[in-house]
Amino acid sequence: MLYAVLAGFAGAGIAPLAHRALGRASGWVLAAIPLALTLYFASFLPAVSAGEVIRWSRAWVPSLGVVLSFELDGLGLIFALLISGIGTLIVVYAGGYLAGDPKLGRLYALLLAFMASMLGLVLSANLILLFVFWELTSITSYLLIGHKHESEKARKAALQALLVTVTGGLALLAGLLLLGIAGDSFDLPLLVARRDLIAAHPLYPAIVLLVAAGAFTKSAQMPLHFWLPGAMEAPTPVSAYLHSATMVKAGVFLLARLAPLLAGSVLWYGLLVGFGTLTMVVSAFLATQQTDLKRVLAYTTVSALGTLTMLIGLGTPAALKAAVVLVGAHALYKAALFMVAGIVDHKTGTRDILRLSGLRTALPITTVGAGLAALSAGGLVPFSGFLAKETTYAALIEFPWLLAASVLANAFGMLVALVVGWRIFTGESQVIPDDPGPVPVALWQGPLLLGIAGLLLGVFGWMGEGIVAHAASDMAGQRVPVKLALWQGFEFEALLALGLSVFTLLLGLAFYKAHGLLLRLATSLDWLYQRGPYRLFDLGLAAFVSLAKWQTQILQHGYLRYYILTVVVTLLPIGVLLAAPGSPVWPVTFGPVGLFETALVAVVLASTAFVMSTDSRMAAVAGLGGVGYGVALLYLSYGAPDLALTQFAIETLSVVIFVLVLYRLPEFRVLTTRAQRLRDAVIATSAGAVMTLLVLAAQSQSGASRVSGFFAEQSVPAAMGRNVVNVILVDFRSLDTLGEVVVLVVAALGVFALLKLRPEGEAH
Amino acid sequence: MDTLLAVLIGALYAAGLYLMMRRSIVRLIFGLVILGHAVNLLIFAAGRLTRAHPPIVPEGAAALVPPYADPLPQALILTAIVIGFGLQAFALVLFRQAHRVSGAEDLDAMRTTDSH
Amino acid sequence: MFSLILSTTARAIMPLTLVFSVYLLMRGHNAPGGGFVGGLIAAVAFAIASLADGVATARRALVVDPRRLMAVGLALALASGFGGVAAGQPFLTGQWAEVMVPVVGKIGTPLVFDVGVYLAVLGVSLTMLFALSEED
Repeated sequence: MLYAVLAGFAGAGIAPLAHRALGRASGWVLAAIPLALTLYFASFLPAVSAGEVIRWSRAWVPSLGVVLSFELDGLGLIFALLISGIGTLIVVYAGGYLAGDPKLGRLYALLLAFMASMLGLVLSANLILLFVFWELTSITSYLLIGHKHESEKARKAALQALLVTVTGGLALLAGLLLLGIAGDSFDLPLLVARRDLIAAHPLYPAIVLLVAAGAFTKSAQMPLHFWLPGAMEAPTPVSAYLHSATMVKAGVFLLARLAPLLAGSVLWYGLLVGFGTLTMVVSAFLATQQTDLKRVLAYTTVSALGTLTMLIGLGTPAALKAAVVLVGAHALYKAALFMVAGIVDHKTGTRDILRLSGLRTALPITTVGAGLAALSAGGLVPFSGFLAKETTYAALIEFPWLLAASVLANAFGMLVALVVGWRIFTGESQVIPDDPGPVPVALWQGPLLLGIAGLLLGVFGWMGEGIVAHAASDMAGQRVPVKLALWQGFEFEALLALGLSVFTLLLGLAFYKAHGLLLRLATSLDWLYQRGPYRLFDLGLAAFVSLAKWQTQILQHGYLRYYILTVVVTLLPIGVLLAAPGSPVWPVTFGPVGLFETALVAVVLASTAFVMSTDSRMAAVAGLGGVGYGVALLYLSYGAPDLALTQFAIETLSVVIFVLVLYRLPEFRVLTTRAQRLRDAVIATSAGAVMTLLVLAAQSQSGASRVSGFFAEQSVPAAMGRNVVNVILVDFRSLDTLGEVVVLVVAALGVFALLKLRPEGEAH
Repeated sequence: MDTLLAVLIGALYAAGLYLMMRRSIVRLIFGLVILGHAVNLLIFAAGRLTRAHPPIVPEGAAALVPPYADPLPQALILTAIVIGFGLQAFALVLFRQAHRVSGAEDLDAMRTTDSH
Repeated sequence: MFSLILSTTARAIMPLTLVFSVYLLMRGHNAPGGGFVGGLIAAVAFAIASLADGVATARRALVVDPRRLMAVGLALALASGFGGVAAGQPFLTGQWAEVMVPVVGKIGTPLVFDVGVYLAVLGVSLTMLFALSEED
C-alpha cells in the first residue's frame, strides 16, 4: 500500500520528462498512473464491502511512535477511489486544457504529487503521518493555484490559500499532538479503542477546538471560506480536482476520521452543526450573487462542505450515512461542472454567465455532460445527487430548523444547477469570437464520463450499500444499516423526504425566475461584499508585515559588534551566578599538570596572541596554523586520535585556501579608536571568563553521560566496530552525519557559485 | 590540568570575539576560526577527560574498558571541525566577492543587503 | 612559480598519501580513521599536487569533476540507508554480511555509508580548492 501512495510521487518525478518526450499525447499516457491506482483500489471493493479492513504498517521513527501505517476501510476506500478516479480524468483533461503551455509538465508533476499526498492522507492510520500528508496537500495546492505565477492575482490567491490552510494546519498539529498525549498513542485504531479516556481527559476541549480549526480552514467553513473563491485563479483542471472533489474535502474527511474519537460532546456538536449550517445557507445564497461561472461553483462547493460538516456534527447514523452519499455524489457532479466551466472558458474566452447563451450548438457533447451533471446537482431522479438529497432530508427530519435550512440551501443549489446546466446552453446562439475550433476529446470526456457515472450510481446505488454502510459505521462507531434505492417505500420519512424534494425543485425554479432580481441585489449589496472576511485578512496581513519590518529594523541593525555585545551581556548573569561562592565551580584545583600539555597550551596561547597582534596577513595565517596544530596535539594527548587526524588534515587545507584567497583581500587596517578597542577587549574578556567558569562547572559534574555508556557497550555487538567514534558517525547517528555531509556539499556549491557563476550582464 | 584547559578555552573565546568585533573583514574571519577552536574544545572538555585512552575497544573485548575518553563529544566535534572548515571557506569567498563588488574593507560599509 | 623539488616530491608523495587515505577509510571502523579523515587526507594529496604542478594537472589526476564526486558520495551514503528499509527496518539501520575482510573487518552498509562520506568530503574540499585556484 505504501507503494500505491508513493506511485504518485514517482509519477510526479517522471512527469516533466514524459511530457517532453511524448508531447501532446502525454496526458493520456500519464493518466495510466491514476488509472492503475483506481483499478488497484477497486480490487479491494468486495473485501471492504464485506467489512474487511486492510492494514499495512512499517516502523518509521519508532522512538517517537511515528509509524508508516496505512489502513483501507470503507471511508478510506471511497475517498481513495474518488481521488484516483477523478484524478485519471483530470490528468487527461489538463493535457487538453493547457495544451501548448510550457509549464504543463510541471502541472502534471504537481497534480500527481497532490494526488499521492491526498491518498496518503485518506489512508493514514497514524496521526503524525496523517499530518505530514495534510501539509503536503497544502503545499501542492499552493503551487497549483499559483500555476500562472506571472500573474500577481494568482500569486496573491495562492499565498492567501496557503496562509489560511497552513495556519489551520498549525492548529491541527497542536490538536493532534494533544490527542496523542491524551490517548498516549498516535495510532488511530488504538485511539478509537481509548475514546472514553480521551473524552474524559482535561485536554479534550482544546483538542476539539484545534482539530476543528484545522478542518474548517481546509474545508473552507465560514468565516474562513474566502480563500476558496480566491483560489479560482488556478487553472480549471486544478479547481475541478482540488477545490471541488478532493482537497477541500480533506477537512471533512478529518472530521469523519476523528468523529469516532471526539464526537459525543456538546462542544463538538455545537461547533460542527453551528458553523456547518451557517456555511451551508450563507454560501448557497452568495453563489447566486456571482456572475463568474467558476466563482458560482466555488460558493456552491463551500455550501456542500457546510452541509457535510453539519451532518458529521449531528453524528446520528442517518446523518453519517447521508454524509458519505453526499461526498460521493458531490465530487462527481461538481468536478464535472467545473470541467464544463473550463471548456466554456476555453471555447468562448469568458466565464460571465450573463454573456453566455445558446452554447448547445457550439458544444454539443459538453452540453450532454453538463446536463447530466446539473441534473445530479439539482437532485433529480434517478441521479446520485437525488440519493444524496433524499438521505440528507431523511436524516434531518428530527431537526426541523436544520431541515428548513437544508431545503433553502438546496433550492439555491437548484438555481445554480439551472444556470450552469440550462441557461448558458439554451437560448439564442451567440457568435464566438476567436473560436479555437472543435473541443478535443481530452476535454469533453471528463464531464461526460462523470455525468454518466453520476447517473449510474443513482440507478445502481444499491450496489454501493455495503461500502457506504461500512464507511458510515466507521464514523459512527456502530453498525449503520444502509438502504440506497430511488424508491424508498411508503414509510412516513421516505414520503416526507420525497415531498420536500419536490418542494425544493419548485422553490429552485422560482429562484431561477427571480435570478435577475437576485443579481440586482448583488449590485446593491456590493458595498457589503467588499467588506467580507478576506478584506480583514488583507488588513491583518499588512499590519503583521509592518510589525515584522519595525521589529527587524530595531533588532537587525547590521553592526556585528553590537550583536556580540547583546549576546555577551545576556551571558553575564550566568557568569555571576557561577562565580558566586557556593557554586559548583569552587574550589578550583589545578591537579597534576603534565609538562607536554602545559607546553601545548602555551603554544596555542602564544599563537593566538600573535594572530591578534601582527600587521601581516600571511604571518597571521601562520599563527592560525600554530593554533590549529596545537589544538590537534591537545586532542591527541587527551585520547582523541580521530579528532587529531581530522584537525591536522583540515589545518593543512585551511592554510592552502587562506593563501589562495588572502592576497586578494584588503590589508589589515586599524579602523577603531583606542577607547573602542579597550571597550571591545573588556567585553571579550568577560565573555571568555564566563566560558571558563562554564567549563569548570561542567567538569565538576563528573562522569560520562548514559548515552556514552550505551555506545561503549553496544559498539561491538550491535555495530561490529571497535572504533566507537566512527561507529557513532556511520551507524548509531548516521542520519546526523548524512545531514552534515549535505551541509558541506551546500557550502562547496556556495563557494563554487560565488566564484564561477556571475550574474547576467556582468563580464567574466 | 582540566583547569588549565578551561582557562585556555576562555582565552580563545575572548580572542575570537575580540577579533570579530574589529571592523576589518579579514580579522573577522580569523576571529571566526579561533572561535571555532574554542567551541570544539568546550564540547571536548565538557565530557570526561582522560589522557591517552582513546575510545577504541581492544581486540577481543566486547566493550570499552574504563577509563576511556568519552566517544560522544568526539563524534560531535569531528563533524564540527569539518563543517567549520566548510564555513570558513565559504565565509572567506563570500567576503572576497563582497569586497570585489563593493570595494569596501570596513564592515560598517556592508550593513545592508541592498546593492544600491 | 614552478619548483622542481616540490614537483618531484609531490609526485612521489601523492600516490602514497592516497593509498594512506584509503587505508584510513577502510580501517576506520576499528581504529582511528574513517570517511571524514580519509577524504580530507586525499584532498591534501591533491592540494599538494595542485600547488606543485598547477590546478590543471591536479584536475587531470583526479579524472572526474569533484562536483560529481560530491554527488556520487551523497548518493552512495543515501543508498546505503535503504539497505535497512529493504530489510524491513528503519532507514539507515546497518546491515551486515558474514564476511571477514582483512583491515576492514565485517562488510556492511555502514562501510558503504563511510565510503560515501569519503567521496563527498573529497569532492567538497576539491570543489572549493579548484574553484579558488582557477580564479584569475
